[in-house]
Amino acid sequence: MDLTLEVWRQPSRTAEGKFVTYEAKDISPDASFLEMLDVVNERLTERGEQPIHFEHDCREGICGSCGMMINGIAHGPAAGTATCQLHMRHFKHGDQIRVEPWRARAFPIIKDLIVDRSPLDLIIQAGGFISVNTGSAIEANALLVPKAVQDRSMDAAACIQCGACVAQCPNGAAQLFTSAKVSHLGLLPQGQPERYERVVRMVEIMEEHFGSCTMYGECEAVCPKEISIDFIARMNRDYLAAKFKNRKSEANG
Amino acid sequence: MALDSRIPPGPLDRKWANAKDHYKLVNPANKRKYDVIVVGAGLAGAAAAASMAELGYNVQCFVYHDSPRRAHSIAAQGGINAAKNYQNDGDSIYRLFYDTVKGGDYRSREANVYRLAELSVDIIDQAVAQGVPFAREYGGVLENRSFGGVQVSRTFYARGQTGQQLLLGAFQALERQISLGRVKMFPRHEMLDVVLVEGQAKGIITRDLVTGTISSYAADAVVLATGGYANVFYLSTNAKASNATAIWRAYRRGAYFANPCYTQIHPTCIPQSGDYQSKLTLMSESLRNDGRIWVPKKAGDTRRPDQIPESERDYYLERKYPSFGNLAPRDIASRCAKEVCDEGRGVGPGGRGVYLDFADAIKRLGRKVIDERYGNLFEMYADITAEDPYTAPMRIYPAPHYTMGGLWVDYNLMSTIPGLYIGGEANFSDHGANRLGASALMQGLADGYFVLPMTVGDYLAGQLGKKVAADRPEFKQAQAEIEQRIGRLVSAKGTRSVDSFHKELGNIMWEKCGMARSADGLKTAIGEIRTLRDQYWRDVRVLGTNEEPNQALERAGRVADFFELAELMCIDALDREESAGGHFRVEHQTAEGEAQRDDEKFLYVGAWQFTGDDSKPVLHKEPLVYEEAKLATRSYK
Repeated sequence: MDLTLEVWRQPSRTAEGKFVTYEAKDISPDASFLEMLDVVNERLTERGEQPIHFEHDCREGICGSCGMMINGIAHGPAAGTATCQLHMRHFKHGDQIRVEPWRARAFPIIKDLIVDRSPLDLIIQAGGFISVNTGSAIEANALLVPKAVQDRSMDAAACIQCGACVAQCPNGAAQLFTSAKVSHLGLLPQGQPERYERVVRMVEIMEEHFGSCTMYGECEAVCPKEISIDFIARMNRDYLAAKFKNRKSEANG
Repeated sequence: MALDSRIPPGPLDRKWANAKDHYKLVNPANKRKYDVIVVGAGLAGAAAAASMAELGYNVQCFVYHDSPRRAHSIAAQGGINAAKNYQNDGDSIYRLFYDTVKGGDYRSREANVYRLAELSVDIIDQAVAQGVPFAREYGGVLENRSFGGVQVSRTFYARGQTGQQLLLGAFQALERQISLGRVKMFPRHEMLDVVLVEGQAKGIITRDLVTGTISSYAADAVVLATGGYANVFYLSTNAKASNATAIWRAYRRGAYFANPCYTQIHPTCIPQSGDYQSKLTLMSESLRNDGRIWVPKKAGDTRRPDQIPESERDYYLERKYPSFGNLAPRDIASRCAKEVCDEGRGVGPGGRGVYLDFADAIKRLGRKVIDERYGNLFEMYADITAEDPYTAPMRIYPAPHYTMGGLWVDYNLMSTIPGLYIGGEANFSDHGANRLGASALMQGLADGYFVLPMTVGDYLAGQLGKKVAADRPEFKQAQAEIEQRIGRLVSAKGTRSVDSFHKELGNIMWEKCGMARSADGLKTAIGEIRTLRDQYWRDVRVLGTNEEPNQALERAGRVADFFELAELMCIDALDREESAGGHFRVEHQTAEGEAQRDDEKFLYVGAWQFTGDDSKPVLHKEPLVYEEAKLATRSYK
């Protein structure tokens, strides 16, 4: 199939950017979106133009490196799919496709479609872990976890930290991302000792860097792992409980 | 230099305990005086960096990704083995050890493998404590499944995302240490050289992938946990950026490279669909628990699978290996798939595929159970192929997946360069000539959580007062060499893209150093690789400059190293005149077409020493001594 791409090109963080139009001819419908860009890049290199820079790695939808706005939708038109797993059969011959980097104040552009998502790591550093040093673990089966709890925790843990939720949100909020980690750990018995302190610390760092959630719900719609917006409600509940009761630690009751 | 594997004394099951009893310790107040560099933050790197920081060392961790959580360990699907014997099916540390040695076709080091089996149980405890959501039974206890090459259920898993969840456990431990100021993280930094001062590893040279700045970092010890080199084949299941540069640079500085020809071709990957293909996607081996592999009995049978009656199907693994069936080890399953396709019985476009069929399992267990076990894998398959594996069988074909070879290390995971440690897939130590499923995660975490923190400490205890600064001439010299090399790549201004060269190299390797290797083929390959490499340095086209984000330049350096490594792989494969595990020399097979080892001549680790660009590498042999495992021809019949 033949396509016309309008791609955001920006040489560096501080340089001016602009849309540049490229013809992508003779693309296989079985190619992935990134493989289509590979083909375009090979042709650009032949012509002596710098290839379009985009972040990518595993190309199996799990590393979370890739992501771009495709016709205004984070990761493109297919639901529950990261850009690398989006195949060209979702498009038609003759389509015009607009390709932009993630749009969010917290994610400055590094080059072309590559953005800096490091504030997401700061949220994890604020408390997205269970404090247990190597060697001090108890025997694994000494801790029973109901299957339903484990399954729910795993639903949240499936987040790949791609940043699509932030990019799609009109407010640039990171609630879905943060709540997924808060819930993954907060649901499990291992995560209880730090449950309330964790949510407070993570939410406070989140609010320093990202916008506020007004429940548009667009994050859930574009999440490649289909993480449920219910986790945001769960996080808010835990956060309120922590604040109202001032229960920064279990010692306070 | 003679290779000293430093295997501790005592009976096999006491060696690790003996070693730990005698490692030198660093006093807690002194630990903060030591700097350790960790390159890579996959399972081995993140676990090592976090664990050493917890002990009190100053850790600097370098990754080329934007976040340590992107490392390719994240893509591991199926599971992690541990000798917990929760299923009461007769499992034990000894059995896990024995299965791994046998699975590796008796080409691994007994003491290392036994330690790995011992540590497997601690890994599960650690991971659960971190909140890794492993699958559970209704009673709340952990669930297991079986995997290739073994007859017990010892594999722990988290849906089809076990690698992701284990990596997140290690990543979160690492992020915690970053927040405590014990680890300084350097994302988007690629290591381009290791620096030796008076023969000891004392630092690294990196390139900042955003600004292009080349910098020197000094430390008291350096740990490389930079993964394997299967991308030498261009098309593999590895992530696009996975590369051999870190270990190759270390090799050029004096670390020996062991068994480079031992590569694993994984049997269950989605077949290639066109020449635009950028990578191959693995379908977890766990699928072979419930999927049945078959091809039509007749060559050239183009009927749809549902129109081929049971009597005209050949379930060839079940036929040839009745006791292991579809769970035969990876090397065997891959070779069988190639065989039936070579006979013209392959399915799908180009005849390069076999069926992996779930119809029986869906009938037996119901769609819901299959969905629970493999849902995300089925989805991934449907996304890629636009076919529904619930109603039509999957098509699969072998693809390069893992490399058992790697830098040579002693029992303490130290390379032949003092102070340079290698963890995870980057070392050669535990899998011999073939790795069993669900054991890569086990090895990465054993190395990272439990081995390196002890053994690096043993080395550091002797380094007090031997700190060097990064402004020494050794660093300046290494930095100048790197800058010159980058200059050559940027100024070649040739006509062909980096990828076009990489594809051509991959094709040579796949055809001549892939699933079947011959002396003639390997000799031809060496000539072709050299010619192509010369052409590469003259004719490669890297647009843009060093002083900006430049993905073509990043790839160009990695591919340049792949050329050199490819040649060493062929030299090693040519030298090893036997078949063992993933290394199959067509001249050495039994009448039934199985791999034929030569224990008289080749019961050793082949470790290669770099001697210069224009001279041949020198082979050093570490004899393998088996005290517990009895050398036997592997039989999975």
